[in-house]
Formats: sequence, structure tokens, C-alpha cells
Amino acid sequence: MIPQAFIYDAIRTPRGLGKASGALHEVKPIRLVADLLNHLQQRNQFDTKSVDDILLGCVTPIGEQGANIAKTAALLAGWDNDVAGVSLNRFCGSGLEAVNMAAMKIRSGWEQLIVAGGIESMSRVQMGRDGGAWAQDPQTSLNTGFMPQGIGADLIASLDGYSRHDIDSYAVQSHLRAAAAWQRGAFANSVIPVTDINGEIILAHDELVRADCSLANLAKLKPAFAALGALGFDSVALRRYPQVEHIDHVHTAGNASGIVDGAALLLLGSEQAGVQWGLKPRARVVASAVVGTDPTIMLTGPAPAARKALAVAGLTIADIDLFEVNEAFAAVVMRFMNELNITADKVNVNGGAIAMGHPLGATGAIIVGSLLTELEARGLQRGMVTLCVGGGMGIATIIERI
Amino acid sequence: MSSIRMNQDDDAIVHLTFSKPDAALNLMDSAFIDDFIAVIAQLQKLDFTGIILQSDKSSFFAGGDLDQLSQLQPNQGSSYFAQLTALKKAMRWLETNGKPVVACINGAALGGGWELALASHYRIALDEGVILGLPEVTLGLVPGAGGVVRMTRLLGLKRAFPFLLEGKRCSGTEGFDIGLIHRLADSPEAMQAQARSWILAQRGVVSQPYDRTDFSVPGGDLDDANVVALIALAPAQLRLKTHGTLPAPEAVLAVMVESLRVDIDTALKLETRYFIKLATSQIAKNMITTFWHQLNQLKAGASRPPSQPNQHLTQVGVIGAGMMGAGIAYALANNGIKVVLQDVQLEKAVFAKSYSATILTKRISRGQLADNAVGRILQRITPTSSSADLRGCEMIIEAVFEDRGIKAAVTKQALQAVGDDVIMASNTSTLPISSLAKASSKPERFIGLHFFSPVEKMPLVEIIKGKLTDDETLAAVYDLVLQMGKVPIVVNDGRGFFTSRVFSAYTHEGMRMLAEGVPAAVIENGASQAGFPVGPLALVDEVSLSLLDKIRVQTRADLSADDKPLSASLADQVLDVLLAHGRKGKLTGAGFYDYPNRAKKHLWPQLTEIFPVHDDWHIDTVKERLLFVQSLEALRAYQEGVVTSCRDANIGSIMGLGFPIWTGGVLQLVNHYGVEQFNQRAQQLCEQFGEQFAVPQILNQWSSVT
Repeated sequence: MIPQAFIYDAIRTPRGLGKASGALHEVKPIRLVADLLNHLQQRNQFDTKSVDDILLGCVTPIGEQGANIAKTAALLAGWDNDVAGVSLNRFCGSGLEAVNMAAMKIRSGWEQLIVAGGIESMSRVQMGRDGGAWAQDPQTSLNTGFMPQGIGADLIASLDGYSRHDIDSYAVQSHLRAAAAWQRGAFANSVIPVTDINGEIILAHDELVRADCSLANLAKLKPAFAALGALGFDSVALRRYPQVEHIDHVHTAGNASGIVDGAALLLLGSEQAGVQWGLKPRARVVASAVVGTDPTIMLTGPAPAARKALAVAGLTIADIDLFEVNEAFAAVVMRFMNELNITADKVNVNGGAIAMGHPLGATGAIIVGSLLTELEARGLQRGMVTLCVGGGMGIATIIERI
Repeated sequence: MSSIRMNQDDDAIVHLTFSKPDAALNLMDSAFIDDFIAVIAQLQKLDFTGIILQSDKSSFFAGGDLDQLSQLQPNQGSSYFAQLTALKKAMRWLETNGKPVVACINGAALGGGWELALASHYRIALDEGVILGLPEVTLGLVPGAGGVVRMTRLLGLKRAFPFLLEGKRCSGTEGFDIGLIHRLADSPEAMQAQARSWILAQRGVVSQPYDRTDFSVPGGDLDDANVVALIALAPAQLRLKTHGTLPAPEAVLAVMVESLRVDIDTALKLETRYFIKLATSQIAKNMITTFWHQLNQLKAGASRPPSQPNQHLTQVGVIGAGMMGAGIAYALANNGIKVVLQDVQLEKAVFAKSYSATILTKRISRGQLADNAVGRILQRITPTSSSADLRGCEMIIEAVFEDRGIKAAVTKQALQAVGDDVIMASNTSTLPISSLAKASSKPERFIGLHFFSPVEKMPLVEIIKGKLTDDETLAAVYDLVLQMGKVPIVVNDGRGFFTSRVFSAYTHEGMRMLAEGVPAAVIENGASQAGFPVGPLALVDEVSLSLLDKIRVQTRADLSADDKPLSASLADQVLDVLLAHGRKGKLTGAGFYDYPNRAKKHLWPQLTEIFPVHDDWHIDTVKERLLFVQSLEALRAYQEGVVTSCRDANIGSIMGLGFPIWTGGVLQLVNHYGVEQFNQRAQQLCEQFGEQFAVPQILNQWSSVT
């Protein structure tokens, strides 16, 4: 029998605006992680010595997020020296990749108790500052059609015919859903307020959500990628998609994911580990999948990843009750729903990254938690988490309540 | 050491004088490289105070040996690599041996010559007559003797971009302003004196900035936020310009960035590897063949009757003050030729003259022209409504409406006024010259002179010999075109001559694909990806659908008079449908595109309804169709004797029609593929898409097109 990988807990920080004026800018990324580690331990009362590994997604792993922030955070948190840690980078899929790898480790039978999650302090460690050959080596860039993601999102909208109005309407819905979810306390049990060294609360809610978000407000925002497109990236896109006459730049700061600071952790373990520490499994990881797609459009990975995960699980799309599709850009979610023919009432029902933000390394882990909480609240069984991933990848995970 | 002379003066300064025997220019050929390496070996054993690099030609150094380079085959890469490595090692010794090295730049220092200068510690240039630069990239090459590495380290990425990615040249004074030149001199003697005194003033070890420990790249190192952003964007900016059709600037950009990630010696090695890759590539051969050999031949008079003495015209009449007449008048006046600009309406002639004023004002605002030049240039143009004022002109250029009757009347009138000995040139793009010549009593003095619009920008003029045109007339016109600073090609008479005929093949294939159901965006983007500056549908809009219709009507009339009726093609049907919808082209705001006020043009949405699209298209096939259809038409023109040399065809297609430069031109494209592969591919296209891809007999007789 292959051991099951159970999810025992899922917590996160609130998400703070990712700039100097954001509430979490004063908090070091390692502190966000270390405090969450201690909360996780306190909520579940396991001996830290029994944790085999800490897997943390981090997309800009340089500077104070660099080296191996998972292990260093465990040390700062005062966890036992026996605990190992690793930071990993699958771009925006990192947080979910950590969960998936934890599940695989547990299902291999080699490890019993694992903390998986992610961290990104985007106000302190700027996105893209880690370089990489795709953007920073011209030969690689030219041969492979390097593009900023936003132009890929605009390309999806141009190909699929989503107007600015369609895209903005989706964004308004994300804000209204998130505001409603906060209002009714949907995140009360999973969001751990961030406090200072004296225990004073620094931030207890997601800073970006706007209950008064409206189409009229969003319509005022300027297209975010038109200028970059005109400088040359549109021509890179058209090279792969000559059927598009020109790219319609519909995405703005208002209908794309917010830049924020935040962290999330899940406690995963075998059945045996649960028994040992008296923990009640909330869900099991049914299947996971990663795929590669065309790097130029870049953001169409969720649908093929979802299909691959469903095939692994032996399920169909109809077997999934709720979906969390990362709102990197509105068009990504709209394309996913169209492609798999899923109605809006099953997708991101409590809003997503457009309203609450996308701390790159953490988001995958955050939305596993959001999905689990909502499945429990609605008494539903199965859910799927999926994200588009930079460089032309997609990742998906299916979970099932116990 | 035949190409370098070495002397040592009383101050123990070594003078290395570049002096290629029996040649007007110094060249970085194999002989020079061997000599240079030997000289450096000798210097290593010598005691000296410093080194002066100089030339005894009127220029400093002309650059690489393109004849040799264009012969280089991929299997010779490794021996060439060894030679370049040895050269670079010698150049490195020059800048690292600790003794001061000065380059005295007395004239053009291009390519390898500028690279030698860059390896000096101190560069002095004459304040006049000096041109510096690395034009390699314009011939499909990467500078191969340290030019990319040193320019990038000296200027930083951003400031080096124009010099390296575009082959921008600059004068000695401009070089001084940006720090490439350390000092200017007003005479060769002063330059010598400055060089000697700088050398004698140096104490201790002399080194290059990039060999010092405190060196940082101007504009920021590779981890600087601005530089990171610049590098991420630069490939896309390049794509916007080249559409991915030119490997050379892409390779140069790669070397620039990669060279900054490593030490200078490793960087020089990387540069050599890219250089070899490009130098042995077919695209470099295409570009060197056409833009070096063939262009130089045309400028030197290759298509001109050699027996005729050179002529220098001083006064030319231009009849017809429309767009073309106005542009021709400007191009003449701007090059020192007096113009009588005649139109039936004086106001039109006066207005056409003001067009020149507008262009000149623009050039002043861009700093390309001194204020006081305007009056001098404008004064050369005399607008008039009277044919009598044409008297005294040595040549008449008629640029009236494309209508036989009008052209004939104008010709007769002009000859009456000036005398029938005058050279009569007709600016027509389609009407056969020999038939227009019938209006003249001296058809041997009648010739076609096809200017391209806008005249002031387009570098090409197509000269069309009528059946009876004599050599003296041809020579005079050829010389005039050169006098106007333009490039002449010479073709024989025939419908559409050469360029208009090849142009039609392009626009017709575009319209044909539209009728077949290829999406319009795919056609236009395919053209752009193949390297055409304007898509075929946009181009039809530019020249206007109504003009194409008029030409078609005229052609039909001519052919039916000759009893050779013209069959209607798919392209004709597209033209008919668009015209039936009242879509006449860009000027009327509606053609294949819509032209909204204050917004970018976009394809007419109804096109997809009128011409239902299918999705069985392949972008590479679209690109090949647009390229092949023109090459095949050019081959037919060659077979019929309309065009008689490859250079006229290649240069004509690129400079007149915007045929993609990576191909080296419409006939060089055949060599790019290889005759056999080109033939095979054309046959496939012919089977699939029609007779326009039929291979002319002449191709079966050739192993390469030369």
C-alpha cells in the first residue's frame, strides 16, 4: 500500500502591500517564516525534532531571502537542529510545488512529517532581481522568445477576444468575493496576524482587498504592458502568433495579481505521524502534475496541468467541486474556465490574487489552504489548485477531504 | 614585413607604419595579420620607449579583407580561429606590455583598422577627414579583432549599441566628444608631435582602463538595476527592428553581454567564436556579395557604357509638379543641379518648390544642415508654367501623370521648347519606354528614369533603356543619378520594367493568399517575419488600389491592342471586390486597412467575412511564397533580357522594393538556398499554389546565380 499524504494544517500570514508603504515592509522575510513556524507548532503540538524537512517556495531567492531560507528560518524559530530545510523555485508554482514534493516524500514512505509552504517579501526583494539566463543572456532570450508575463496575458486576451471590460469585470468580482469572504470570517482560522517583537499586531487582514472596487475605478487605470510591448516585446509575441494582428493590451495593475508580502505553511504527514501527535487529517493529496507549455504566451499551463493531474487521479473535471486558479492575470483564469468549460461559481469563490495579492513563492501554498477551508465550509469533497508558471509551465494539485 | 614598416627614432620610439604595397588602402588580410604578429614578436625583444601606429595611405586602415572573408568556408573555421587568436594575442601584448602605444589616425579607420586603434592606449585623430567605426554588422559579420569587447568595455553597453548593433560611424571630433579619441590634431605633423610628447611624458606602467583593478564598466556593471533592465529589453528591441532576420546584430549583442561576464582574454575568445560562426554563414555571404561587391560595382559605373566620357550636368528641367516632380526637383537642387520646375499651373510648381523648403527645414531642425544652406539650395529651383523656360536645360525629366496621351503631349512640347537634342527622360513606373519614345523625333535621346517615392529618401533610380536609346544618353543619365547621390540600375524595356514587375509579383501573391483564405494578419506578419518592411496588403493600400486598377486597365488596353488579352487572376478578383466596396487605399482612409483618425491603422474587420479564412496555413510557407514569387519573377525578367546582371536585380530589389536585406537580393536568394534546392522548392510551390512559381528555363542552366 502506498502511504497517503495527509494535510493536517494550513496557515498563512495576511498579505501586505508590496511596497515601502505596505504594512509588512518592516518585517524581514525570515521573521514572517519563523513566526509562522512557531504558530504551526503551537497549533499542532508536535515535537519539532520529528519534522523531517521544511520545503519553502521562494521565487527571488537572493539577498535576505537567499541561500536557504527554510533552514535558516527553522534555526531562528528555535526548532530542533535535527530539522532539515530546502528552498525551491518553480517560479509562481513554488508554493504548490513544495506541497506536492512533500506529498511525494510522504507517499514514498521515506519521510513522515513535513512542513511545506512559501515566502515572498516582494517589497524587500524585488521581483526579477535574481537575473537568470532567460532574461539576462541575449542569445538565450533571442532563441527562446523571452517575454514579460503581462504581454503573454495580453496575448491570451487578444487570441480569445477578451475585452478590457471583460477583464475588468473579472477583477471586480475577485475583489467583491474576497471582501465578502473576509466579512464572513472565511479566513479567520487560517490567517495568523503578524506581530512585532512586543506582540503588537502589525497586520491582521489582506491589505489590498477593496470592497468598493468598481468597473468605473478600474477603467481609469492605464494598460501596464503597452509600453514594453511597443518597445519590442509585441513583435516577439507576434512571431509565434502571426494570426494576431496586434496585441490588445488589456491588463492593468487593477486586473492583474497584486504585488504583496506574505508567507504560508502547511503541515503534511503520513497517517502514522498524525496518530503519533494526535492530529486529525483534514484532506489528502490525491494527485499532482506539472507541465511545460509555449514559453512566449507563457501562462496557458493551468488547463493542461489540470488534465494531467485528473488523469493521474483517474478523475474527470466533473469530479472536482471547487477550483483555485491563481489570478496571476484575469485572462489566465478566464482562459482556464473556457478551456475546461467550468462555471464561475466553482472557481476562486473567495476571490484570488487580483484582490488579495500574489506573494510569488507563497501563493501556491496559500490557495491550497483557501481551497481546503472552503471545501470544509461548504461540506464539499474534492478541489483542485492550479497556477500558471513562468517560463511556460503549469502546475496542478487535487486534494480530497477526509 | 611588406605591409608594416618599422623604424625607431632618436627617442627610442618605435613607428609602425601600415603600408600595404601596391594598394590604395591598408587591409587586414592574412598577409597583414602575419606581418603584425611578426612585428610584435620582434618588439618583444627590443628596448623601446613607446609605439606609434600610423598609416602612409590617405586613410588609416580600411578594415577586413572582404574578398577573403566571402570565400571562407565552414571547414576553414579552425585554421581561421588559430590565426585570429594569434592576432588578438599580439594586440593584447601591445596594450599590456607596459609601454605607451599611440594610434595616429589620419583618415578613415574602419573595421579592423579601428580595432587596431582600440588596442592603443592613446588615440589621436585629425580633426577633419576621419571616420571611425565598425561596419561589420551591416555586412552580416561580427567585428572579429576585439572591436566588440573593447568598445563595450570603453563605452558601456548602452552607448556602444549604435556603433556595434547598427555599425554607426562617427567623425574624429564626435569620437573625441564621447571619449573614443583622446586628442584631436589639425595636421599630420601636429599629430606626430602630440604622439611623441605624450609617449615621452608617460612614467611607469601604461595600461588600458579595463586592465586596471579599479575598472568598472561605464553605465554600470551587469548587476546594476538599469543594466539588468537594458539587457532584458535589448533582444526585443532588436527583434522589433530586424524581425529576427539578421543574425549579425543578434550575435553582436550576445558577445557584448557575454564579454562583460568574463575577463577580457576569455571575452576575446568568445568574440572570435561568434565571428567564425557568422563569417562562414550564408547570410554574411549574401550581404557581402550585394552590399559590398555589387553595390561598389554599380557606384563605379558597372552598368554604364564604359566608352562614354563622364558627364556633369548643371541644369535639368522637371515637368510635372506632383509628389514625384517635387521630390526629383529637391534631389537635384540638393546636389548642386539647377532645376526648372514646370507645370501647367504656376501655383502647383511654386507649391512643389515649397516641398523642398519643408524638407530642408526638417533637416536643419535635426542638425543635419546649416541654416545658410537653405537659400543656396532653394535658389536653384525655378518654378514656372511656361515650357519656354525649359530652354537651356541639358536634360528634361518628365514626371506627369501615368497616361500615354499626356506624356506624349508633354514630350512634344518640351522638345519644341528646348530643341530635340535634349535628353528626354520619362519618370514612369510601368509604361514601356520604347512606345513613349515614339512621341519624340529623336527616340535615341529618350530614356526611362524611374524614381521611387518619396524621392528624397529612396536611394534607387531604375534607368530604362528604350529600344533605340543610345549609349551617350544612357551614360549621361547614369552619371546624373550618381550626381544626385543615388544608386542607378540599368534595365531594358518591358512591361513594368524590372522593379514594378517584381513589385506586382509581391502584392499579387499577398492578395492571392487572401483570396485563398490565409488570414490577412498572417500574410502581413509573414511578410514582416521574412524581413519585408511593409506587408503586401499595406503596400497595396500605400500605392492605392485605384492606381493598381488604372495600371491594369492600361495594361489590358495595351495587350488587347497587341492581341494578347490579360486573364484575370485571383489577385484581380480581390482588387475588384475591394474597389466594389469603395476601398481605394490609404489616401481615402480605407483599403485593406482602416485608417482611423489619431489611431493606428488596423485590418478592415470585414475582410474575414468577404474572404473566409481557413487555419491550414503555415507561416514559413507564407514567408517563402512572398520571397520566391519575386525571385522567380526576377529570373523571368532576366531570361527575357529585361535585367541583364545580378547586381542590378539584387540592388534594385533591396533599395527599390525593400526586398529583405538578409537575402542579398532577389537573385542572391537563389544562391542562399542553392540552385537545386531553390528549384525543388519552387516546383513544390508551383504544384501547390500555381503557375506564378513556375521555374524559368534559365535556372536549369546555372549552378549558381552570378
